Amino acid sequence: MFDSVSVATTFREELSKVGVIFCPISEAIREYPDLVRRYMGSVVPVSDNYFSALNCAVFTDGSFVYIPKGVRCPMELSTYFRINEQNTGQFERTLIIAEDSSYVSYLEGCTAPQRDENQLHAAVVELVTMDDAEIKYSTVQNWYPGDETGKGGIYNFVTKRGACRGDRSKISWTQVETGSAITWKYPSCVLSGKDSVGEFYSVAVTNGAQQADTGTKMIHLGQGSRSTIISKGISAGKSQNTYRGLVEMNKGAEGARNFTQCDSLLVGDQCGAHTVPYIVSRNPSAKIEHEATTSRISEDQLFYCLQRGMTEEDAVSLIVNGFCKEVMKELPMEFAVEAQKLIGISLEGSVG
Amino acid sequence: MALLEIKNLHARIGDTDILHGINLTINRGEVHAIMGPNGSGKSTLSYVLSGRNGYEITEGDILLDGESLLEMEADERARAGMFLAFQYPVELPGVGGMAFLRAAVNARLREQGEDEVDQLGFVKLVRAKATELGIKDDMLKRAVNVGFSGGEKKRYEILQMALLNPSIAILDETDSGLDVDALKIVSEGVNSQRGPEIGMVVITHYQRLLSHIVPDFVHILSAGKIIKTGDKSLALDVEENGYTDLMENANVA
Repeated sequence: MFDSVSVATTFREELSKVGVIFCPISEAIREYPDLVRRYMGSVVPVSDNYFSALNCAVFTDGSFVYIPKGVRCPMELSTYFRINEQNTGQFERTLIIAEDSSYVSYLEGCTAPQRDENQLHAAVVELVTMDDAEIKYSTVQNWYPGDETGKGGIYNFVTKRGACRGDRSKISWTQVETGSAITWKYPSCVLSGKDSVGEFYSVAVTNGAQQADTGTKMIHLGQGSRSTIISKGISAGKSQNTYRGLVEMNKGAEGARNFTQCDSLLVGDQCGAHTVPYIVSRNPSAKIEHEATTSRISEDQLFYCLQRGMTEEDAVSLIVNGFCKEVMKELPMEFAVEAQKLIGISLEGSVG
Repeated sequence: MALLEIKNLHARIGDTDILHGINLTINRGEVHAIMGPNGSGKSTLSYVLSGRNGYEITEGDILLDGESLLEMEADERARAGMFLAFQYPVELPGVGGMAFLRAAVNARLREQGEDEVDQLGFVKLVRAKATELGIKDDMLKRAVNVGFSGGEKKRYEILQMALLNPSIAILDETDSGLDVDALKIVSEGVNSQRGPEIGMVVITHYQRLLSHIVPDFVHILSAGKIIKTGDKSLALDVEENGYTDLMENANVA
């Protein structure tokens, strides 16, 4: 996907054999208008927020995935985004529909070349799961973060939301966010199905003058719905890293449960880590747990690694990857390796 | 050429002078014990040698294989062959034991211009060395030092030493927190690594470690200076009579 124009979609033939549709959204609008009409905008309405409205007005293309009933998608689907054009924005849309008892794992990667001007990325991602269906959505975001003084870089204002409409359906968001000058992003789950499950695993690394404000919303509507939130924020340089999350237990969410863990790691003494949890409970039978920690890479830990011959940068990367292990293990294997390296690169020059 | 030469070493932390002119020469194949009461500068010496930040060397020099270490960072010294077995090994939450060991060994290999270890061969090597030290497989899978008992932590230090093949190993109070059985296993682990190529500095309060790891030389450190040097019988002397007599004699002299 270059500047929101699809370049190629590989393996389409193999996928079509099992009935999986994976194509640019522009094509889906022509070929499968009923599906698009039924679902697009049903999770994130046009009027949801300023940037989703902007996206609806100007979006050019994006990805469309449809997994029919009972099908387990035979491969991991992936899209790779890149912004090349100067003074522009990227406004892609992604729509993934998983019918009853189906499964898909979807990967999204992003990069943008270095520019002095700011660029806007205002995407909308909508996921829908029906009874017993599962979508696993993983993102490694590495947009250009701007230089050390905060010049240039991407403004990453993305609306991502999944609707667990079916009973026992599941949506799992995993994100590794290392890039962008400013990130505002809250991949969320609306858990309306009975016993539906929402998960959010996040690693957000900020360095230099970056600002990341990210988290999730778990809206519990269905009886027995469950959600897990694991957020790891790492701040270095002069960056600010905020977890902002909402857990909302509504009246019908009888016996619903949430577990949230937010850990922050500080590298250096000029960065900031913030945790802003919002908790709303309208059902007395719902259980909500929230754990949070803030720590710093200690001089003892660094010296221990250095004494074993590792360079300071290798040591920081090792300690940081240990800190976010719980999230990294949720990523597909080949993505995890790449993400680990990326975290190391993002923190280069953050110590010493 | 001497392996490690410490020449008239003076060091301080902040405004406090801790080491007041230490002279010590260690040749390959030798084991030197450094004994001394609390606050005599034993741990400071181990940190100064290994290049920890926060210590200022005000006078003197440290030479490894004839090269001064003073301008080298801790990691460079480690790659040059310096190993410190920590008195209090540090916990690294989430960092897998195998990944940590491999990162350490690879850093050393890269320095020597050799290929990095392949994962499978490395796991085998670690397992073999671990078994010798009575380290269970399960411990290698856990995060580094997290939830280890005192004895496990010390064994893990010795395992790292075995994998890194240092030319000079400093064991900082390796006996602290060990029961009799653990002390025996750890000592055997250290002894199995003695040889003509390696020099060792064993820092301890007590003679009991030195009946397991028998030193060639014993030095008594007091108030940042070596006040007496002898053979292993000096350690027995200290055990019997304490440090007080030695310190008083030193003051008189």
